[in-house]
Amino acid sequence: MRGTDFVSELEAAVEGAVIGRELETLDPWLAISPDKLLETCRWLKESCEVRFDGLQCITAIDWLETDPKKASKVEWEPHTELVYHLWSTKARASLVLKVKLPRWKDDQQGQLPEVSSVESVWRGADWHEREVFDLSGIRFLGHPDLRRILCPEDWDGYPLRKDYEMPLEYHGMRGR
Amino acid sequence: MAEFLIETMGFPAWLSWTAIAGLSAFLILNVIAGGALVFIWAERKIAARIQDRLGPTRTGGRFGWLQSLADGIKLLAKEDLMPDGADALLFRIAPYVSFCASFCAFIALPFAFDVVGQRLNVGVFFVVAVLGLEVFGVILAGYASASKWSLFGAMREAAQVVSYEVPLGMCVVVPVMLAGSMDLVTIGEKQAGWASNWFIFHDPFTFIIFWVYYTCALASVNRAPFDLAEAESELVAGFHTEYSGLRWSFFFMAEYGSMFLVSALAAILFLGAWNGPIPVSQLLGLSDGMAANAPYALRLLGCINLFLKATAGVLVMMWIRWTLPRLRIDQVMTTCLKYCTPIAAAMFAGVMLWQLFLPGGLIAGSFQNAAGVREGWLEQSNNQDPDNEDALSDILPSRRIVEVSR
Amino acid sequence: MSQILDEDQRIIEFDVRTDEMLVNMGPQHPSTHGVLRLVLRTDGEIVSEMEPHIGYLHRCAEKIGENLTARQWIPYTDRMDYLAAMNMNLGWALTVEKLLRYQVSEKARHLRVLITELNRIASHLVGMGAYGLDLGTFSPFLYAFREREKLLDLFEEVCGARLTYSYITVGGMTADLPPGWLQRCEAFLDQFEPVIREYHTLLTTNAIFVKRTANIGVLSPEMAIDYGCTGPVLRGSGVDIDLRRDGESIYTAMYDGYAFEVAVMKNGHYPRDHEYPAVPRDAVLGDCWHRFFVRMLEVVQSMDLVRQSIDRYSQCKGPLGEPLKLAEKLPAGDAYLETECPKGQMGFYLVSDGTSIPWRVRARSSAFSNLAVSPELCRGCLIADVPAVIGSLDVVMGEIDR
Repeated sequence: MRGTDFVSELEAAVEGAVIGRELETLDPWLAISPDKLLETCRWLKESCEVRFDGLQCITAIDWLETDPKKASKVEWEPHTELVYHLWSTKARASLVLKVKLPRWKDDQQGQLPEVSSVESVWRGADWHEREVFDLSGIRFLGHPDLRRILCPEDWDGYPLRKDYEMPLEYHGMRGR
Repeated sequence: MAEFLIETMGFPAWLSWTAIAGLSAFLILNVIAGGALVFIWAERKIAARIQDRLGPTRTGGRFGWLQSLADGIKLLAKEDLMPDGADALLFRIAPYVSFCASFCAFIALPFAFDVVGQRLNVGVFFVVAVLGLEVFGVILAGYASASKWSLFGAMREAAQVVSYEVPLGMCVVVPVMLAGSMDLVTIGEKQAGWASNWFIFHDPFTFIIFWVYYTCALASVNRAPFDLAEAESELVAGFHTEYSGLRWSFFFMAEYGSMFLVSALAAILFLGAWNGPIPVSQLLGLSDGMAANAPYALRLLGCINLFLKATAGVLVMMWIRWTLPRLRIDQVMTTCLKYCTPIAAAMFAGVMLWQLFLPGGLIAGSFQNAAGVREGWLEQSNNQDPDNEDALSDILPSRRIVEVSR
Repeated sequence: MSQILDEDQRIIEFDVRTDEMLVNMGPQHPSTHGVLRLVLRTDGEIVSEMEPHIGYLHRCAEKIGENLTARQWIPYTDRMDYLAAMNMNLGWALTVEKLLRYQVSEKARHLRVLITELNRIASHLVGMGAYGLDLGTFSPFLYAFREREKLLDLFEEVCGARLTYSYITVGGMTADLPPGWLQRCEAFLDQFEPVIREYHTLLTTNAIFVKRTANIGVLSPEMAIDYGCTGPVLRGSGVDIDLRRDGESIYTAMYDGYAFEVAVMKNGHYPRDHEYPAVPRDAVLGDCWHRFFVRMLEVVQSMDLVRQSIDRYSQCKGPLGEPLKLAEKLPAGDAYLETECPKGQMGFYLVSDGTSIPWRVRARSSAFSNLAVSPELCRGCLIADVPAVIGSLDVVMGEIDR
């Protein structure tokens, strides 16, 4: 979805939602403020001129350099980034939303970062959010049934985090 | 035969009857078991050919003809597993209940004139009733297995078999009505002569009702597309999910036995029983068309005749199984209650009216032969001494022989 | 008055109330297409609730992708939708090429169309045959596998593998076609064309098949889009979307100049529907029958595309081109690309921090979203309909669990 007027419309409709943008890249994206996510998504699906009626994918990217040698060189602070790929079946247009979250809530190790669930906007988000919760450890507030989906229910840790360590043993089975 | 032992050899009656009963049972058992082996092999070969495969090719030299025996040995050697929560006694006896029901029905099934375990004046009734008992084995198996899939299979089987008894019974009544007897031997005898004497060609109604019978028979022995009790894509294996080894194979023996039984019953009721399409022996003057006076060699030929017809029925069942998808339970019930039962009832009424108004057939004289046979039969029964307990002599021809020989 | 009615209702309910039963269908079950576990809450034969449990085949391929170079991850994409590995390879290769802004040679482009469309036929053959199996007929399954076997022979010739090809790779193909392959491929197509009629006789028009699939598991277009369903599942609901025509330019450029019509019902008609059996009267748009039929049409459509691509490929004079280096450096940034795979739209997302090893890879599975809608479709159906619905979604667990 190219065109800045669409973004200004969004800014007018949901104040303070757009906190960054990059419209001249391969996949144009908007950075959305985490507390405005649900509102933005609802607007994009229901009120926007191009109805983004499909949610294709939710990805969580863990930005953490585990190698201490390289860690000093990277220019970003450790954080988690949620990427939403939306598309419109009518206009065949796609849009990327990026939401920046802390790796841990309040920087407390073990406290999962929280963001509101968009399951009420797109029902397809249900399983995708469960998967992100399962593998990347992000809590979606308002999700009807937030359980692990791919890993066993008693699994420890979040495999797609960069600092994840494979357990040595699981129910008597050797892990490594 | 028992009379021969008693009269000629001077054996005590109880011993001779027991010995003969044992012999009959042994022979029938072998027919079922041997038949099942052959049919299982045939099914594998036919399925394979239908599906562009080869099927068994090596066991026993060529064509894999010993494959079912090899399978049997493998099954014998298998561990006899029983689920923890299973009801041990019921779980163990269920296959035998199934098998016995299938086996018992063979007692009254004539393979040729008087080549029958026990001739009964209610033979048709007996066969259909006992065949229905097979469902008990399945229900027991499903209930005792302590598995939900088995229970589903058992409940489906119960619902299905009980429903299909209704149209099946109606179809069976038609030949009974035409022959005027429930005795399978009599029904068979009535169809002697040319193929036009067969009940299927008696009138258009019987022609239709034969196909209704075949459909219902297919459903009552749980063959595709009515194999809901063991629907592998839904219920894993249905009622025999938890069975292994020999017990499992007993279910299969029962299934193949029943398949053969209903096909043989179809042959007897509609397809001229042991009579060939052309009355060769009669034309050659070897017999007068009445099987009662036929020599043993002709009875043997009659056996072969019946076996061929029944086997053809079984082969068609296999053909259907490997062609059609499975019906859903509600569709099975619809087929039974909305189609088979009304059609069977209408055809029954149709046959009745036909008998009333066109007893000689559409073209006068075309059924002369049949009429002749019928006359002969009536004469025969009238000729007997009225004091001789007419009805009973009909039931037990062997006793009649005893009395005649006195 | 209302109180009396309420009371009456309670009595009636009490009279006919039966206990609900919780049944596990899978993970070891003949018709769950791999290791899928469905928990059914049943009232007799009626399924009141169905919940899929997935993850039995989870390998965390995405984590593995963070430790390999982009080209090294190609074999892992093979193992996602293992029935259409060529399409998976293509999806990932194009995503990396999108990030690199790389364009393959004309010859490689046509070869890619050729090989992915052939793989689409192979995948739909399995989907079709296995669907027959789900409905209790065994023979079409073997007829489908007989033809697929010939396709696998063709694939084996080009890349040595029969299932996990890794043939399409970043920047091109691992090898060119062996001599004489095109003739053999054409011979296969000529032989295969009349066989399709067989499938229509055995399945599409079979009265029992129609009874089992028509008006079962009806998926409305709104719900399909809401759940992110794609591919034949979406088109079976009458939504006219096919990424080969509507996708991103880097993907649609591949099909530039190719003539094909999207297999979807428009104004009550399928494209060229006079050549195929008529839609049965009981069938409702979005039911299992339509999903199945769309796949059958796509087989023919793919055959057309393969024939076209054979022409174009043999006219290409230039070299096929070498694939990129195994450890090609990726520019910093991210790229997301969806391609039209046999099961639906398979998306790959690649995030790079400027090294040759991706920072994060993500596979958006089509079957994952398609399966997510199954509880809605199975609510209130019979047990026998559950395999019918799951089969019509044509799921592959390797892709769902990744």
